[in-house]
Amino acid sequence: MSEYMIIDGIKAEINGEKNVLELARKVGIEIPAFCYDPDLSIYGACRMCMFEDERGRLDAACSTIPKAGMVIKTNTAKLRKYRKMILELLLANHCRDCTTCHMSGKCKLQEFAYKFNIENVRFPNNSCSLSSDQSSYSIVRTPSKCILCGKCVRMCNEIQSVGAIDYAFRGSKMKISTAFDGDIANSPCVGCGQCAAVCPTGAITIRDDADLVWKAIGNPEIEVSVQVAPAVRVGLGEEFGFKEGENVMGKLITALREMGFDKVYDTNIGADLTIVEESNELIHRITKGGKLPMFTSCCPAWIRFAEDKYPELLDNISTCRSPMQMLASTIKATYTGEKKHIHVAIMPCSAKKDEARRDKFKDKDGNPLVDYVLSTQDVVRMIREHGIHFAQLEESLPDVPFKEYTGASVIFGASGGVMEAALRTAVETITGEKLGDVEFKEVRGMEGVKEAEYDVKGLKVKVAVVSGLKNASIICDKVKAGEADYQFIEIMSCPGGCVNGGGQPFVDAFTRSAVDYKGLRASGLYNTDADMSSRKSHENSAVMELYNNFFGEIGGHKAHELLHTHYEPKKK
Amino acid sequence: MFDYSVLDRAIEKFGNEEKSLIAVLQEAQENYRYLPKEIFPYLAEKLNVSEAKIFGVATFYENFSLEQKGKYVIKVCDGTACHVRHSVPILEALRKELGLSEEKKTTDDLMFTVETVACLGACSSAPAITLNNEIYPTMTPESAVALVKSIIEKEGK
Repeated sequence: MSEYMIIDGIKAEINGEKNVLELARKVGIEIPAFCYDPDLSIYGACRMCMFEDERGRLDAACSTIPKAGMVIKTNTAKLRKYRKMILELLLANHCRDCTTCHMSGKCKLQEFAYKFNIENVRFPNNSCSLSSDQSSYSIVRTPSKCILCGKCVRMCNEIQSVGAIDYAFRGSKMKISTAFDGDIANSPCVGCGQCAAVCPTGAITIRDDADLVWKAIGNPEIEVSVQVAPAVRVGLGEEFGFKEGENVMGKLITALREMGFDKVYDTNIGADLTIVEESNELIHRITKGGKLPMFTSCCPAWIRFAEDKYPELLDNISTCRSPMQMLASTIKATYTGEKKHIHVAIMPCSAKKDEARRDKFKDKDGNPLVDYVLSTQDVVRMIREHGIHFAQLEESLPDVPFKEYTGASVIFGASGGVMEAALRTAVETITGEKLGDVEFKEVRGMEGVKEAEYDVKGLKVKVAVVSGLKNASIICDKVKAGEADYQFIEIMSCPGGCVNGGGQPFVDAFTRSAVDYKGLRASGLYNTDADMSSRKSHENSAVMELYNNFFGEIGGHKAHELLHTHYEPKKK
Repeated sequence: MFDYSVLDRAIEKFGNEEKSLIAVLQEAQENYRYLPKEIFPYLAEKLNVSEAKIFGVATFYENFSLEQKGKYVIKVCDGTACHVRHSVPILEALRKELGLSEEKKTTDDLMFTVETVACLGACSSAPAITLNNEIYPTMTPESAVALVKSIIEKEGK
């Protein structure tokens, strides 16, 4: 027999929900909350989600397990009074420069202050310092906007096991801080931006580089080219009224041309190039006795994480540059124009902003190969700023010669995509036969750890696909201890892969519990792949032409110079 | 070279896990008289906790200090019982005698640290102070200053 509890007079069936808050959301009642997130542990700090029981007692919905027969109300005079008081106290301690805040329109504090009709804060405001930590290329921290909900701390520690920030000091002096309150750039931060993805206010945001790009676009002396990563096309549409996961690449290309970019390319061709090089490297390691397991190298936050926490595993990481860097070095090396050339990359990612600044990815004059990285969020704002009616745009195609791509490259944006793309090419190369079914469904899905084993003509290939750095550290520890017999491991820092990158459109906690937005964005990519006639990277004729006319041999000298890199332990 | 042997012994005693952190920090505080910066990365690695977390613990508890404390630590109780029996003048007299303030708690020669504490649990002896964890009951500003002077004299020899 099913069990019920009564919430605001509604009979709610209990099906193992972890708390009253989740159950209420299931029956369509939104209890306000700042510090609750479905993916994180329960903290119970903000007290916004209080409910009242039949005897007038109050308790927090986030930390109460639903019990049969409970009768509660979530919106009473008493609760409204308390919630207003909480909001007033938070606002007294908050820098309220909403009109010029990066999170304006998406901020939970702003939303609740409006919803609860807070028109007067009775307490003096004692937090108006706008000093922020600008030391990182990836994220910006503005402590005066912090409401101490602790989501960033839980994300950084529980999901990412990075431990860059924690609570420090005590009572009214408490704040979120790095060790010794130092710059975030000097902390173990890897720039994944997942803290910003859960921050309900503007206390942690992704660095915005739009102004620099506008400046380049506006200069007639400069040719500005741009590349667009796979995950961007299934995330950006959400901001313009499209369904989660709808592929809006065609419209985005039109928008970018309208904004003034001279050439629009697709990062996908870089991904195909990556697969050709990376599967070649994998086969080489397996057949010639190289270091195994091999880890993927596309994710810059994972690279930072490994350089800091697993220096002994650096030789296991593929030397392939990321698709963004491979395409950038190809574009820059083959550019024949007269004008100065600036290359921009649009990424779902905050760590890419940091990757582009690495010394190894600069040309001989010391200029970055990718001059600027824009997050999906940055581009959304630029489209709005330019006054483009995005939904009404015609679709267009990218520019030649970096236009053609295969289904294998587009799935890079989902956890398991790089693995599947590499398997398609590696298996065909090893067996010399065409694959009947190109889909490796075992490595798909949003689970944090996936494993599969394949028999490739007698050669056993065992693989693991991991997303979230806590999961990565569990696998790395196993590899270090010699307890893992994988040949190939894909690691993405953000849970679910790049579709859930720190630079993607902000998804609030309510939507995070109600909608499988990661899964929907990923399906958008898998659907695009399924519609393609060419679904294997080594069948990309534009890539093969590049080898014939420019790089020479796969894994050869020129390819090594332009498409590979190496890693160094973090200096401490 | 920084001497980590104190930490190694503490970790040996309490175990190399996160839950030993406070106990290990207490040993460190006792031995170095503060928590030197050098111990943070060392403990982070040994106990598998982040430096940010250790910093959080170190700044949460009054007993831990990130700055070196004096050889003689005087704690003036400012709990309710001591407060109503005039503990504040004792604190003021000590600070004046040693040139200290609320912000500057330790003398430049690292001899004395003067702090307040919420309750020493010695309410029957109010107003009370402790000198390196030894209780001195029913103090007056004069007797507190005399105590300090006697130490200075002893150390001067």
